[in-house]
Amino acid sequence: MTAGTEPHALVRLAGHEQAALLRTGVVSSRDLTGAHLDVAQRQNRALNAWLKIDPEGALAQAANADTVIAGARAAGATALEALHPLHGLPVALKDLVSVKGGQATSGSRILEGYLAPYDAHITERLRTAGAVILGKTNMDEFAMGSSTEHSAFGPTANPWALDRVPGGSSGGSSAAVAAFHAPFAIGTDTGGSIRQPAALCGIVGLKPTYGRVSRYGIVAFASSLDQIGPFARNARDAAALLHAVAGRDDRDSNSAPVPVPDGLLRLPADDEAAAALRGKRLGLPREYFVAGMEPGVEARVREAVAALEAAGAIVEDVSLPHTEYGLATYYIVAPAEASANLARYDGIRYGPRLGDGDVMTTYLETRGRGFGAEVKRRIMLGTYALSAGYYDAYYLKAQKVRTLIKGDFDALFGQGFDALVAPTSPTVAFRLGEKMADPVSMYLSDACTLPANMAGLPGVSIPCGLSEGLPVGLQLIGAPWSELELFRLARGYEAITASAPWRAMEPTELMLADDPATPTPVERAAALAGTH
Amino acid sequence: MATLSRADVEHVAHLARLGLTDAELGRLEGELNHILDQYAVLARLDTDAIPPTAQTIELENILRDDVVGPSLPVEAVLANAAATDGPFIAVPPILGGDEGTAQGAEPG
Repeated sequence: MTAGTEPHALVRLAGHEQAALLRTGVVSSRDLTGAHLDVAQRQNRALNAWLKIDPEGALAQAANADTVIAGARAAGATALEALHPLHGLPVALKDLVSVKGGQATSGSRILEGYLAPYDAHITERLRTAGAVILGKTNMDEFAMGSSTEHSAFGPTANPWALDRVPGGSSGGSSAAVAAFHAPFAIGTDTGGSIRQPAALCGIVGLKPTYGRVSRYGIVAFASSLDQIGPFARNARDAAALLHAVAGRDDRDSNSAPVPVPDGLLRLPADDEAAAALRGKRLGLPREYFVAGMEPGVEARVREAVAALEAAGAIVEDVSLPHTEYGLATYYIVAPAEASANLARYDGIRYGPRLGDGDVMTTYLETRGRGFGAEVKRRIMLGTYALSAGYYDAYYLKAQKVRTLIKGDFDALFGQGFDALVAPTSPTVAFRLGEKMADPVSMYLSDACTLPANMAGLPGVSIPCGLSEGLPVGLQLIGAPWSELELFRLARGYEAITASAPWRAMEPTELMLADDPATPTPVERAAALAGTH
Repeated sequence: MATLSRADVEHVAHLARLGLTDAELGRLEGELNHILDQYAVLARLDTDAIPPTAQTIELENILRDDVVGPSLPVEAVLANAAATDGPFIAVPPILGGDEGTAQGAEPG
């Protein structure tokens, strides 16, 4: 291979740079896929980012992609340009996305052995785009958690510090992209499960507007909140992945008939993106600088805001007065919906069936032993909140407060703000085990992200520097259907910070992750528990 | 707001069809009460005149023609079941513990 295309350099290229090499024929999709598979397989012992790596399937998809590229090249420049930007490029899927004939554990023992009988809508769309599916990533069980420690298959380590969590629930996807196992990954976000791990791993992650992406074939958590979205190491790649999977699908009746802008495939270059920041009106919600926020996180976010202001954006202090009620509201609505969605896991139609005797014994045994501690906690909370005599006091009350939370956002966007700017997470990546003993402390990780889910709004987390050597995320929240605007703002911020020293840094413990003698995350967690 | 007793926790576990150990029930009693304490902030808000929000994007009446489309083949659906019997999923008795009544005795 020529200089810059040996595997170590290849996987470090942005997705759109890899796509350019494919089109000029400098590398093949098999080269790219092989290079990413190698690093994923080598580092998975130390990171546990993947629950399934599929070399045979991925290389077969890559060979197909190469055939299509060869055909397009023979047909001329127009045919080559017509290929989707994701064509031939590796993508990681969170292990709750159905891929026909493959596993979809959702991080749970109760789905062990289950093989999806059909492709999810987004899987179909990725196949149509020509993307190469490398495998399935680790996650908190049923997407319930903020650290990936609630996976039934062991936690994932953060490539910036292997003793720390990658965030969650989509922590396998965020760690894989940060560690150069894939340029693209899919996650889901119910209360922050894309944005928070993106922040903690130093990458870009977007939760789209509720209804932007069809959830057909995705394991459900809380149906009025769940959205699918992209991870990448830059705004341009994340926008291209969103473009590939977004749009109306009859099989998810909550997916909206709203056009997907092709501008997602043409984000502006540095000069234009930076110039476009001038005159943008950004709100800085004071309630997001919460008690318990780490000073280093607040400092990085305020520096980012100052940089946007210096580039000509108009930043105004604003208030979202019902923010303090978000956490309680979310932790009623989400568990209530989850308790209903997870009723289907009963050992009858799929998954292991435990217990001898009548069907009640089967239910109690299968669910009692199949679900982990956090999932049981949420099912209990949700069942209680929906039970006779408590529905009005909890679920109905929470839905009414949800109206107030949404109203706060509606009022600001009605005044013409282009976006709100806030921290993504109040802390940098925390230590394995640190928040496992106290569920409420774990829930607080989502305080800055879950309001966007409650209001159905899009939000993106982008890297904005380091605190104590660990990544900090800047969150931009927009009006409904404003993903393109958010990505343009993100592109602008990338442009004005292009020469910042932290932009050139990569995760600090990749060498350690390469070492076959490095302990697994399970071993690390056990060692840390011993020192508490 | 309410406080959950051990008996309440057992009742909710039964409603949720979760078979929990004594240790789990004890731990959940403490954890659930701690979480319910956090919900108490909501009582400060007067929401009597506020309508509930269940859906944020205001889609209404998405209709389609009522036409028969392809479904998954029976074999694909049965492939994940723990027990099958011909084209059916086999399930444990659903009525009580008495096997005679569960099967539904043939009337003479």
